[in-house]
Formats: sequence, structure tokens, C-alpha cells
Amino acid sequence: MGDTPQRSAHAGTGGTPVATSHERPAGASARVAERSGNPGRPDGGLGGGGGLPRARAFGAERAFRGLTLAAGSTVLIVIAAIAIFLIAKAVPALRANTESFWTFEGWFPNDNPPKFGIGALAFGTVLSSLLALLVAVPVALGIALYLSHYAPRRLGNSLGFLIDLLAAVPSVVFGLWGRDYFAGPVADLSAWLNKYFGWIPIFGEGPYGSSILLGSVVLAIMVLPIVTSLSREVFRQTPTANEEAALALGATRWEMIRTAVLPYGRPGVIAAVMLGLGRALGETIALALTLGSTYAISFNILEAGGNSIAANIANRFGEANDTGRGALIASGLVLFAITLIVNITARAIIYRRREFTESAA
Amino acid sequence: MTTTLPTHRPRPPAQPATLRARRLPAYAAPAIAVAALLLSAGLVYGAGIGGPVLVVVVGALLYLVGLFVAANAVEGRRSARDRTWSALIHSAFVLAVLPLASVVWTLVSKGSERLDANFFGTSMNNIGARDANGGAYHAIIGTLEQVGIAALITVPLGVLCAIYIVEYGRGRFAFTIRFFVDVMTGIPSIVTGLFVLAFWVLIVSPWFNDGRPGFSGFAAALALSVLMLPTVVRSTEEMLRLVPAPLREGAYALGVPKWKTILRVVLPTALPGIVTGIMLAIARAAGETAPVLLVAGGGAAINFNPFENNQSSLALFVYQQAGEASKYSPARAWTAALTLVALVLVLTVAAKLLARRNRLGR
Amino acid sequence: MAKRVEAANVTAYYGGFKAIENINLTVEPKTVTALIGPSGCGKSTFLRSINRMHEVLPGARVEGNLTIDGQDVYDRDVDVTAVRRMIGMVFQRPNPFPTMSIFDNVVAGLRLNGVRRKSILEEAAEKALRSANLWDEVKDRLGKPGAGLSGGQQQRLCIARTIAVEPQVVLMDEPCSALDPISTLAIEDLMFQLKDKFTIIIVTHNMQQAARVSDRTAFFSIEKTGDPGRLIEYDNTQKIFSNPTQKKTEDYITGRFG
Repeated sequence: MGDTPQRSAHAGTGGTPVATSHERPAGASARVAERSGNPGRPDGGLGGGGGLPRARAFGAERAFRGLTLAAGSTVLIVIAAIAIFLIAKAVPALRANTESFWTFEGWFPNDNPPKFGIGALAFGTVLSSLLALLVAVPVALGIALYLSHYAPRRLGNSLGFLIDLLAAVPSVVFGLWGRDYFAGPVADLSAWLNKYFGWIPIFGEGPYGSSILLGSVVLAIMVLPIVTSLSREVFRQTPTANEEAALALGATRWEMIRTAVLPYGRPGVIAAVMLGLGRALGETIALALTLGSTYAISFNILEAGGNSIAANIANRFGEANDTGRGALIASGLVLFAITLIVNITARAIIYRRREFTESAA
Repeated sequence: MTTTLPTHRPRPPAQPATLRARRLPAYAAPAIAVAALLLSAGLVYGAGIGGPVLVVVVGALLYLVGLFVAANAVEGRRSARDRTWSALIHSAFVLAVLPLASVVWTLVSKGSERLDANFFGTSMNNIGARDANGGAYHAIIGTLEQVGIAALITVPLGVLCAIYIVEYGRGRFAFTIRFFVDVMTGIPSIVTGLFVLAFWVLIVSPWFNDGRPGFSGFAAALALSVLMLPTVVRSTEEMLRLVPAPLREGAYALGVPKWKTILRVVLPTALPGIVTGIMLAIARAAGETAPVLLVAGGGAAINFNPFENNQSSLALFVYQQAGEASKYSPARAWTAALTLVALVLVLTVAAKLLARRNRLGR
Repeated sequence: MAKRVEAANVTAYYGGFKAIENINLTVEPKTVTALIGPSGCGKSTFLRSINRMHEVLPGARVEGNLTIDGQDVYDRDVDVTAVRRMIGMVFQRPNPFPTMSIFDNVVAGLRLNGVRRKSILEEAAEKALRSANLWDEVKDRLGKPGAGLSGGQQQRLCIARTIAVEPQVVLMDEPCSALDPISTLAIEDLMFQLKDKFTIIIVTHNMQQAARVSDRTAFFSIEKTGDPGRLIEYDNTQKIFSNPTQKKTEDYITGRFG
């Protein structure tokens, strides 16, 4: 990170003086520096030779280069801007809050005095996402393996194409389906679970309906195609040579998968799961339609209720006044932070593993 | 370890004495399945703890156990494991197909109810709770305009960003950008919505909107472009990396400057792949509800101007109709959902076909 | 530890395409047999038919009789994994498992067979690596990734992995084609030592290599592209390279064809 500002400053001077040529010596020295920094790739003025008239071409080269650099920097600017603007809007609401933002279980930012807390929402977000992954990931990996290594090739390809399409289905569709057609079966399941497994605390008393269980299962069904599609791609890229090596040692198909396919695909699978987790954490509409919108921390996943940060924003945005919006933005900031942590951790794991395998290869 | 010379041991466990192995007969698996189902039915109904669904679930578990035990007894542990995992993997597939098929079936059967000209020709303006008519014309316009503007913003930005990463960027700074593009992929859509709400709707736009927050289709487009940007960058980046080095070197050798090489040689070569990535990004953006809900404001009337006043979108329309009390709104919601899915799928399928036809040397 | 391989009327297909036809050949125990011939003549297909790796490819199948000391490899009651444990294989390109250490690579086959005791694994790994002439080069870094070795070392690692399970027959599919001359020499030396214990069948494009390492040589050829490969001549290596019976063999050996 140390040389980042230095580099961008240098590039900034490279971007702006496109037309002017009065700074010739500086430009020339920059060119030399560039050349020496990059011996492998010939830049604009190939061939050297001080007398060639290449100032114009060089200007275009620098302009283009500056343009791409500016575009590249936008990514950093946008991420920084997201944090800055969310904080700017969240702080006044947080100041006005008369209860603890972290522990208060309730959401009354429009009242006077405003009272709201993130605790129950964050809890619901994490709980529903983890439950969804718990259901979706094993199934998704199973399907991915089925498509890549068990199904006949043509069938696997067409089904994989279908799964890719399902991954593109908007979440509002899953939410609508979950609320209107899946709530009934899940309520029946809830009653059954409570009757026979009620001694486990998470399978508590009803009323059943829009519960964490329903939300999580809908989330799981939604995340399933995404994780499947990515993992299948990873599994398919296992080098045939490694698969054959395992088979030639006398491995059964499952043993071949365990020795060659799974270890090879592990970073990719981690990435897929993390992406699925990111989707689940940030999923708004499907949960807004299937969760019960209550503000209590409860491990009873069967009881109608539950909430998530994103669903709460969608549900409460319409009625929000200025402080209300600020409060919702503050909750969004927390969600942003959670997803950022999850993402950076995941990417760091993948990058490290990738470097390991690449250096080894 | 180094000093002990390998002593003569009997045949290592790795070597089978014979190639022949005892195998479960072909009828064994179905027989176990039937037995498991019967046993399960007996258990479930005998104890009175559930219905046919439970019978199937318990039956499947019993089948797995039975298969493992039988295979273990006859064929040995390794083969038993192989069979059981195989059965598990197949059942994962069946398990997932059921709900997904149900979603698709509901979508098509419910969605076709209102698939008429009225739906595509009218808005929801002046449509009361007891009115069976009303359509998504305004929402379709909103979706197209918002996604179009978002693409106009994102495509040049994303492609240039990818060019920087692949062609110019070196060292830490390029790595940082790459890293944060990856991180950006995971930013939830609702957060981008909140960002545009805070930045554009509440802070910037009131300056030229008489101090009132400016909910508009353009704001939604901004939020969607934040979502699309990382997708476009990543796919473009991948495609640029696939362009063979000799193509570039050939151009350099002719004295073509680097920027011209990129624009005239590299980009055209990678173009089909880049277009595929852009189309997939658009398809995803078109299906987003949350950001539009926060910054476009919704609205029942037709509004062609994305820069002023509220606009709706198909996804938002579905969500809003889902929340209505009218008995006609579910049909409208499902038909809009079907329209939305059709739009998204057409884009996705076209993108995938394009990718399949123009695969750069893989 | 070594067994006789007999092929009778072996024919192999890729889907509708007939790759080899009616191959009849007997490989004696504790010998090195080289399969030579022009590209696409089916020698690799034949090799892969011996340990039933051919059928791994979709649509591929084998007809005819292939026996190991009289046991039919393709019998209905035969366990494929047992066949492959008995007949080891070394591939054209070195293919160590990229995520495994050197040690784990060598003992991968033993682990598959349920050997868990660390002392046994260590002993077997050392023995296999010594036999593959690799022990001295890697003994201090057994925990490092196998993919970090040079190409020739990787190939010897793969050989060590193959012989660690002590197979009866070792098949080698152009094991040196991706290697430099020095590594090639090391592998050829290795084959010489290994034939004390194993029956070795090697496919090679390099006729000098065939002449150097093998006791017997089989020459495969095709009439033209699209025709199935056939066995033209099978004899002592010396005879094939000095005084072949068939005109085709002579043309190939002397470089007039292929």
C-alpha cells in the first residue's frame, strides 16, 4: 500500500497535460522512467531514437492511459464514496437515537424521541444466511458433482445450462413463490418438527407462517443455482490428467473425486460459497416477502417472525421520515460492513491459495 | 527411517489376490429401495407420526443405510462408500429439482393468466382495488430506460477499467483495484440503493430540484450501474487476458502504438466475450428490486422522463403488486414476474449462445 | 510380482470409430516391451485398454480378450479398481496431484487402499522413491508440494506413486515425451532397474529409446487416416531393428514412413 499515492500522483500528471508540450523535459524523464520500469512491453514510441517525431502519438498514448487509469480509480472512489455517504447520512440519525443502537430490540426511528436498534436485525440476517447456506451448500455441491462427473456428458451440459438460467431468475420471483406457495408446506413442516422435535430449542412453539425457517429455505433455494453453477464450473476444470492419475491408481469414482476433484476445486468452491453468502446476507426482497418482520432476538426458527437488515430497509422505507431514513442507512452501513468483511476474508483466502498453487505449478 | 531397509513383508494390502470381486446383483439396489420404502411406511404409519412425504424421506434414509450395509457386506468398504456417495449425489439432484421445478411451474401457470394486450398496454394509473385491468406498461418502460442508462454509464467505465488492469496497471495499485473489484461484486444491491439515496437523491439532486429529494429513474440507473460495474470489469478482464500475445506483439512490431493496438486489435478480438459479460450484467441488473424501490420512488403512471419524477420498474412492480390487497393484484404480479423472467432469460440465453459460438481459444 | 499379459483379438472403439483391430500379443513377465508406430496408430489406445483406462472416456469400449496370468480383465465379475491396482500406469505428462505434498503423492495409492499406519506409509514412500531414483533429491522436502519439482522429477514422482502400490505390470504412455534428454536418460535407467520386479509396457515415439530399453518391440500401423490401427510385427527388439520381417516395419524403422 505504501507506494499507492505516489503512483496515482504520477499517473495524474500523465493524464492531464495532453495538448501542452511546454513541459518537455519532465515528460521525457517520465518516459524514460516508464521504459525502464517495463522492459518487456514496448510502449508507444517503439525503437528509441531521439529525433523521431512522436510527441503527438505519445500524447494520445498518455491520454488513453490516463483515461483507463481514471476508470480504474473509479472503483476505489465508488467504494470509498459508499462508505462516506452512508456515514454522512447515518450519523445524524444515530445521534438522535435515544436507545442503544447495538442492543435495543425495536425500530421506532420515526417517533419522537427516535428509538431503534440493529441487534435483532443483524442477528436475523446472519442466522437466516447461515441456515440457508447450511441447507444449500451440500445440495449444491452434490448437484455440481452430479452434473460434472456423474451425469452423461450431454445431459450434464443441458442441465447445467438450465441451472445457469435459474441463477439469473430475479429474487422477487422466489420471494413471491415462497410467500404464496411455499408458506403452507413449511408451516406443516414446522408443526411436525415442533411436535416431535420440540425438545430442541430452535424448534419452538408457533404460530407458524412467515418464519426464519421459511425465509432461510427460500434463500437456500435461491442461492442454490448460484453456488451450483460456480462449483460445477470449478469441478469441470479439474485437469483430466489428475483424474486419470487417481483412476489409474485404482480409485473408485468417489475416491477419484476426493483425491483429484475436491482438493483442486477447493478455492473455487470457497469462493462460490462466499459469493452465495454475500447474496444471502444482502438479499432484500425475497426476505421482505417471507419474514415476519419482528424485532426480537429469538432462536425459535419456526415461530412467525424474524427479520433481516435488508428486508427491514425494504419494509420500512416507505413510511420513513428523515430520521427514519438515516436509521435505515445506518443499518445499511452495518450490512455493508458485514458483507465487506466476509468478502475481503474470502478474497484474501482465495488470493493466498491461488498464489500458493501458481507458485507451485 | 533411513536406516531400516525395507524388510520382506507379505503382499501389501494394496494388491488384490484376484481381480474378481463379489458384486451386488443388479436387482439389489431396487430391492433395497422397495424394502426401505415398505419399512418406512410401516414405521411412519405404525407410529402415526406423519404422511406420505415423511415416508419418502425416511425411506430414502433407510435406502442409503441399507445400500451401505449390503454393499459393505458383499463388495467391501470402498465400494460401499462409492455407492453411498453416488446415491447421495443423485438424491441431492432430485431434492433440488423439486422446489425449482415448482417455482418454474408456478411462474408459468400463474403468469400466463394476465398475459394479454391490456397488461402490456396500460399502466396502473387510476386502477382501483376492484379493477381487474391495469398493466405494467409504465414498469416495462422504467426497466428499459433504467437498465439502458445504467449500461451507458457502466460499459465504457467498466471496459476502460479492465483495460487498465490488464494492459497498463502494474504493481500494488493495479492489484488493489483488482481486489476491490472482486470485493465490489459482493456489495448487496440494497446497499448500492442506500448509497445512491444518500448521495444523489438526498444530497446532490435537491440542488436543482428546489430542495426536494429527487427520486427518479436516473437515480435507479446510477444504483444499477454500481451493481453492474464489477461484473463488467471482471468479464472484460478475463476476455482481454485470453487475447493471444502474438496478436499484440504483431501490432507492436508494425510500430502501432499501444493504445491503438488495444483499440484496434485487442478489443475487437475480445469483443464477443465482452458483449456476453455485459449482457449478463444487464440481465442481473434488470431483475433487481431493492435499489429501484429506494431511489426511483415507484409510481403508477407512465413517465417517459427518467430524470424527473417517480418511475417504476418491472421488478418493483412485482413487489408492489405482491403487497396490494386487491384480489387482482396477484395475477398482475405473476404476469409481471413472468415478463421479467422472460426478459432476463432472453438476455442470458443470448449471451450464453454468443459465448458458446465465439470461444476464444480455450 | 510380475505377470504375463495376453491380448487376443483386442478391438477398441471411440464411439463409432474403431481405433484398433484384432491385436494379438503376449507380453512375458519381467520384460520391457515397447510399442512403436506412427501417430494415431492406436498404440496408446491399446495400452489404455490393458488397465481399462480406455473406457473412462465417454463412448469408448473394448472387445476381445485381455488376460493377466489367465484372468480376464474384462470379465463381468472383475472389479475395475482391482485391475488398475494390479496394472499401474504412468502418463505422458507428469501429473502429480497439485494440492498434495511429495509424500502424499507417493502414498496416495496406499491411502486409497486403506493403509493408515504412518510407519508403513513412510517405509513404503521411501522404498518407492528409492526405486524411482528420486529419494536423494527429495528426502529433505517431502512435505513440499509435488508440483514444485522439475518436469523430470515430477515424472519420477509419478513413477514412484505408481510402484508404491507394488503393481504386477507397469504401463508407460510416452513417459519421456515431455522431458529433456537428461531426465529422459534418468527414466530410461530407471526402467532398466524396474524390470527386475515388474512387467513393463511402454509406448514411445522415440525409436532409439525403444531400442535402448526394450526386450521386445511391437510395431503398430494404420493403412490411412480413419482406419483402425493394427499390429504389424512383434518380435525381439534386436530383430525388429536389425532385420524386420515386414516391409512396413523396415520402412518405418529406416525413416521412409511415418
